[in-house]
Amino acid sequence: MSRLDVRKTYKLYLGGKFLRSESGRTYPAVGADGNVLARVAKGSRKDLRDAVRIARGAVGGWASRTGYNRGQILYRIAETLEDRSATFVGQLEDIGLSNAEAIAEVGQSVDRMVWYAGWADKFVQIYGNLNPVAGPFFNISSPEPTGVVGVVVPEEPALLGLVSRLAPVLVPGNTAVVLASEASPMPAITFTEVLNSSDVPGGVVNVLTGSKEELIPFLADHMDVNAIDAGGATPEQAERIQQGAVHNVKRVVLPVGDGPTQSPYRIAAFTETKTVWHPKGL
Amino acid sequence: MATKLPATSHEPLLWDYATSKESTDIVEIDSKYGLFIDGKFRAPKSRKYFPTINPANEEHLADVAEAGPRDIDLAVSAARRAYTDVWGPMSGAERAKYLFRIARMVQERSRELAVLETLDGGKPIKEARDVDLPLVAGHFFYYAGWADKLEYAFPGVSPKPLGVAGQVIPWNFPLMMLAWKVAPALATGNTVVLKPAETTSLTALMFAQIASEAGLPPGVLNIVTGAGRTGAAIVGHDDVDKIAFTGSTAVGKMIQSQLAGTSKRLTLELGGKAAHVVFEDAPLDQAIEGVINGIFFNQGHVCCAGSRLLVQENIHDRFVDKLKRRLATLRVGDPLDKNTDVGAINSRAQLERITELVEVGLSEGAEMFQPDCVLPDRGFYFRPTLFTNVAQSHRIAQEEIFGPVLSILSFRTPDEAVEKANNTPYGLSAGVWTSKGSRILWMADRLKAGVVWANTYNKFDPTSPFGGYKESGFGREGGRHGLLAYMDWGEG
Repeated sequence: MSRLDVRKTYKLYLGGKFLRSESGRTYPAVGADGNVLARVAKGSRKDLRDAVRIARGAVGGWASRTGYNRGQILYRIAETLEDRSATFVGQLEDIGLSNAEAIAEVGQSVDRMVWYAGWADKFVQIYGNLNPVAGPFFNISSPEPTGVVGVVVPEEPALLGLVSRLAPVLVPGNTAVVLASEASPMPAITFTEVLNSSDVPGGVVNVLTGSKEELIPFLADHMDVNAIDAGGATPEQAERIQQGAVHNVKRVVLPVGDGPTQSPYRIAAFTETKTVWHPKGL
Repeated sequence: MATKLPATSHEPLLWDYATSKESTDIVEIDSKYGLFIDGKFRAPKSRKYFPTINPANEEHLADVAEAGPRDIDLAVSAARRAYTDVWGPMSGAERAKYLFRIARMVQERSRELAVLETLDGGKPIKEARDVDLPLVAGHFFYYAGWADKLEYAFPGVSPKPLGVAGQVIPWNFPLMMLAWKVAPALATGNTVVLKPAETTSLTALMFAQIASEAGLPPGVLNIVTGAGRTGAAIVGHDDVDKIAFTGSTAVGKMIQSQLAGTSKRLTLELGGKAAHVVFEDAPLDQAIEGVINGIFFNQGHVCCAGSRLLVQENIHDRFVDKLKRRLATLRVGDPLDKNTDVGAINSRAQLERITELVEVGLSEGAEMFQPDCVLPDRGFYFRPTLFTNVAQSHRIAQEEIFGPVLSILSFRTPDEAVEKANNTPYGLSAGVWTSKGSRILWMADRLKAGVVWANTYNKFDPTSPFGGYKESGFGREGGRHGLLAYMDWGEG
């Protein structure tokens, strides 16, 4: 007699917890062979609002950690990601990648996370500087996190796209509300388990699976989201994000070409430069 | 002002200053100005002109062309040609020399420009002369030097200009805003179509003459005058690659919306409602000067004005009393008088907006104080105004008044100060006064504002980045960071 396997139910990731959609809705994640891989939660407007509220609550704590500490946590994500690589390779094969392609994507994802982890205690030195003003003042500019960032993950590559978009948002101390690849949500869901076991504080990353078309307008219009990476949006969805951004002057990063490889300037896109003046004198 | 309160406990000045009026002989104003397109002043295709007046006495100064869509077409195509044929291919070192030359010519003619700025806009001559014009020249001088050093500005990137920049600027610092826009755009190799505000076109037009005399190639800088419709025509033009706007948050949002669905680059420098926080251990006399300068500099027509004073509760009454006494010594009136501290409100429309919000403040229950000063019979003036008993929910604590009106609130703990300071959709600037160094840095870390002035206020410098968080806009002007707004850095 063969043993009956134990299947997992795949949920949203909000505030460090695995939750079903409050709507009770699910949708099937379909493999390359047309078979249903699993049912996943279909996030709702209410779930998205909860995610933003939770992300807002987590900004202060995450942003006030030292760059050194954030760097260690991001590096810990890479360690855990590497440890779970067999699972990710299997999930990428399920959606049509060859074994070699899947291994390559997982490896690149780990390496990218390591690369960004190392920026956490350095990017301020690249972006900040002392300003030689023409007067007796100490004057310094340095980047600070923008706040709550919506991340629309590309449909593919499902894992590398997620890591490439999310890591630069986290480096300076932003928190994220992530809309996962809709067609291939499994790697993003497994990634939340990586986050959960990597000392990432609850609420720093919140991941919603579901219909991008349905959720993007709510994300775009939300008054407590400060910026959106529209990298995984269609041109129509990107325009919708730009329109929604007007309500509270959100910063929008538009998809460019094939998308980014890795760049410290992606970190800068989710920062605000603050300049502080103080007189010098006796 | 029917709402004026007598300054009972605050004696007016016991002496008066002799008038010390700046001569206007140095400036020649034409009766009529065309549009500066492709290196020449031209009559507008729209055939329309509008008057510009001196807000200090409502006298007519000149008629200025109103650029219509066809004029914008001509300006943009001149800018495109200049970008493709001349300015784009030119070496950075040569671009730098043009900008250095312009900086020097601005210095040479700064008295003329300062007087014209005061005549057309109403700001005190001592501010135009001592603040605006030195910063204008400094801004060109600073960015001139970047033009041939761009590859050193940010590591690992290969900077390229964007192309044609459309720029729309406000009326509060007309020539300074022009400098903040034009200098970095030209230094990085872009060409420019700029629209000054309709109430303050004249210094931009004189600047066009200077650029022309400097030999700046035709089309590199185009100055098109007009109001909102002209601005919208620039923003909506298909062949413009980048829009830079400074002005109200409401208009900034309209521009952001107009650009949705396009790949045009955008930077916005919008409104503010800055908190000015005074702790009990602050050097009070210095803080008084800082707070006065923070709100009454340029009649409070300043996006980063310290318009919400947060005073620690135990010094509140004493501080407010000192403020009232200082307020009574401000000299309000003729902007051309070198003694004047508070000049003319820029326009009738702005005076009405200020008056309306002050009336709202009274009807919402705040207490008003105005010194008993005599205002000129003609022109647009508003008494320096304080409001006490202000609640955070009052409109005068939430909305940008853009006038000489200070709303005063109090706080008990540093945490409360931070919470109240950040309780606004804006995030342009903030001020902190305290003698404790660690508290300054603690506050500076927590204030959500692009510029934090500690134990000083309203200081500006070409090397110092300026710009907002949240609904105060995005992008920085000034400093190395100001280059980012006008370059494609060749990274993903």
